[in-house]
Amino acid sequence: MNVKSLLIALISGTLFGLGLSVAQMIDPAKVVNFLDITGSWDPSLAFVMAGALAVNIVATPMILKRKNPVCDTIFRTPLKEQIDRRLLIGAALFGVGWGIAGYCPGPMITSVSFVSSDILIVLTAYIVGTLLTRLWMRMQESHLSEQERQAQSCIV
Amino acid sequence: MEIINFTPYSALIGGALIGLSAAVLLLFKGRIAGISGIAGGVILPEKGDIPWRILFLVGLVLGGLLYQLLGISPSVENIQPVTGKIGLIAAGLLVGIGSALGTGCTSGHGICGLARRSFRSLIATLTFMLTAMITVFIVRHLVGGA
Repeated sequence: MNVKSLLIALISGTLFGLGLSVAQMIDPAKVVNFLDITGSWDPSLAFVMAGALAVNIVATPMILKRKNPVCDTIFRTPLKEQIDRRLLIGAALFGVGWGIAGYCPGPMITSVSFVSSDILIVLTAYIVGTLLTRLWMRMQESHLSEQERQAQSCIV
Repeated sequence: MEIINFTPYSALIGGALIGLSAAVLLLFKGRIAGISGIAGGVILPEKGDIPWRILFLVGLVLGGLLYQLLGISPSVENIQPVTGKIGLIAAGLLVGIGSALGTGCTSGHGICGLARRSFRSLIATLTFMLTAMITVFIVRHLVGGA
C-alpha cells in the first residue's frame, strides 16, 4: 500500500467535503428547492454542477491523455457504454430517493461532521440499500467469467 | 415560479472545489470521484483496495468539519431535514438501491461521467434529475399542497 496514494485519497475527499459544504449541498432544503422548478426555485445547484464541470470538462481529457496516473499503474474509468434497464431503473429510483429527502451520498456522508439522529437514519438506510443491492448484483454475476464480469463492470 | 435564496458565488466556488477534488483523484490515483462507487466498495468490499476508499470517506467528513472550523456561513446549525423519519428511511434505501443498480450518483454520473463525455452518464443524469423533480412536485404540490 502506497502512502502517497492514501494521502491523495484523503486530500481529495476533504476537498470534496469542503466543496459540498461551501456549495450548501449539505442543506437538504436547498437541494429540494433546486428540484422544485414549479414552486420556489433556487437555481444554485445548477451553478455547483457548472463549477465542477468547468474544471473537469477541461482537466479530465488532459489527464486521461497520460499513460498512467501519477501514483498508480492504470486509470480505472468505467468500461461500460451501453444503456441498459438496470441503469435506467437505478437512476430513476435514485432520483425519487434524492427528491424525497434532498440527500445524495456525498452530502449524506459529509453531514456526519455535524451528526444528528436524522442523518444517522438516512445514512443507515443508504448503507442497507447499497449492501442488499450489491449482494444481489454479485449473486447475479457469479456465473459470469472474469472477462464477462470486467466487461459489465462500471465504477469500481 | 419565484426564485429564492439564490447563491451563485458560493455555488460556483463549492462546485469548483468538487471539480478540483475529482481532478486530483483522477490525476494521481486514476480513480473516478463517484461517491456511491467509493462508498459501495467499502459497504460490500471488492478485492483488496479498501484503505484509500476509507480515507476518501474520512476526508468527506473532515471537509465538513473544516467548513465549521473556518466558521464559513451559513452555519450548519440551521440545517433541518425536509421529511420525517419514514421519509428519511425510504429516501436512504432508494438512494442506496438506485445508485448501486445505476452504478453512480450525482457525482459519478453527473460530474465525472459528463466530463468524460459518457453517454451512459448523460442518460443516467437526465433520468435522476427528472424523477427527482417529479418526486418533489408530487410531495410538495400534490400531497403537501404547498
